[in-house]
Amino acid sequence: MAKITYNTHDNKTHIIDVQNGLTVMEGAVQNDIPGIDADCGGGMACATCHVYVDEEWQDKLPAKEDGEEDMLDMAFEPKQNSRLSCQIVVSDQLDGLVVNIPSKQG
Amino acid sequence: MIKTDALIIGAGPTGLFTAHQLKLIGLSCEIVDNLDKIGGQCIELYPDKPIYDIPAVPECTGEELTNNLINQIKAFNIPIHLSERVDEVKKENDSWLVKTNAGKTFSTPNVIIAGGVGSFEPRKFAPKECEKFENKSILYSIKDKKIFEDKTVSIFGGGDSALDWAVELSKISKVNLIHRRDDFRGAQSTVDKVNELAKLGKINLYTKYQLANVNGENNLESIDIKHDNKEIKNIKTDFALGFFGLIMQLGPIANWGLNIDKKTIEVDTEKFETNQKGIYAVGDICNYPGKLKLILSGFHEGALAARACFKLARPDEKYRFEFTTSSKTIKNRLGIKE
Repeated sequence: MAKITYNTHDNKTHIIDVQNGLTVMEGAVQNDIPGIDADCGGGMACATCHVYVDEEWQDKLPAKEDGEEDMLDMAFEPKQNSRLSCQIVVSDQLDGLVVNIPSKQG
Repeated sequence: MIKTDALIIGAGPTGLFTAHQLKLIGLSCEIVDNLDKIGGQCIELYPDKPIYDIPAVPECTGEELTNNLINQIKAFNIPIHLSERVDEVKKENDSWLVKTNAGKTFSTPNVIIAGGVGSFEPRKFAPKECEKFENKSILYSIKDKKIFEDKTVSIFGGGDSALDWAVELSKISKVNLIHRRDDFRGAQSTVDKVNELAKLGKINLYTKYQLANVNGENNLESIDIKHDNKEIKNIKTDFALGFFGLIMQLGPIANWGLNIDKKTIEVDTEKFETNQKGIYAVGDICNYPGKLKLILSGFHEGALAARACFKLARPDEKYRFEFTTSSKTIKNRLGIKE
């Protein structure tokens, strides 16, 4: 279990306990956090679960797999701290992770 | 005006199999899809990715699944209207009048929405001011390349579309290719070609840059691009082209008076009918307790919706259940000679 903080674009903060094994995307979708569309359902095929990872956490996350950076090319306003939240699997190590949700997904 | 027993919106796997079920029970149907090809998400998002959970098909790609479904309905000669988006669905007496953005009108007692997550639309540039120039000097697809002759064209993106057009337009235009990182995801041979043209000065390459701003009165005059290190460059340009792939938008479906929750349409699980009589939703776009977003669920939902269509299309006839293994009528419909 990890406490994940989702900052939405309307300056609201949602702190959610997300079970290990779920993705950061699933944690958002299952708790009705706005701004994560996840159209393809976690298949790394649509880039609509794009988040900005808090800079402090950027190096602590598992590295991007092949294809994630390619999908981020299509995301809305990608930055250096952009990730696809469907590719971040929650574990105890991620307790305290902070992600910021962009103004829109496309 | 086209009259049909049922109109299917969406030519993805669910739409295609629903068409199969309709024709099998003797109803006519037509399909409309906003994409320029058949297959929906399977063909647009993951044509090469393997799928492992289609019953009795241990493994197939999105493209193979699509081709098999096309084969399965081939004998029926179903009209499929591609590159057309359904914009309007309106009740007229006992029928639905369905209008597309290409000006076609259908009259039908049954509309089956098999629209996935909505229609695919090009992803656009982030700065809001871009809308002002859209379809004039800011474009997301190319219909006629002649308009770029002897002009300056700034192409954004790192995939095959961006690279192919950069190579192609470098023959007739001054081309800037702008991408957010050093790596391109297009085919290696095209990437090599782009690098070669850049060395020859035929393409100006700007990597680690993204669009920050657009400037101009009626037509685009210049753009500002921003480097990862925050440096901003102003480039004179006549056109800006964005190739960021497609995104799914619910689009006009939201205006048809249906009960919609989080981009999905509420249906019952007997007929997969919405709150509007004669409008059904099947596949990823429908929602009911226990809904699974699997292709196999879409097949089941389509089969039941097709039976419901029979009642409205043939109010004076009784639907009789038959197996494909034994029914002569069905074999005739499939064009199978014994």
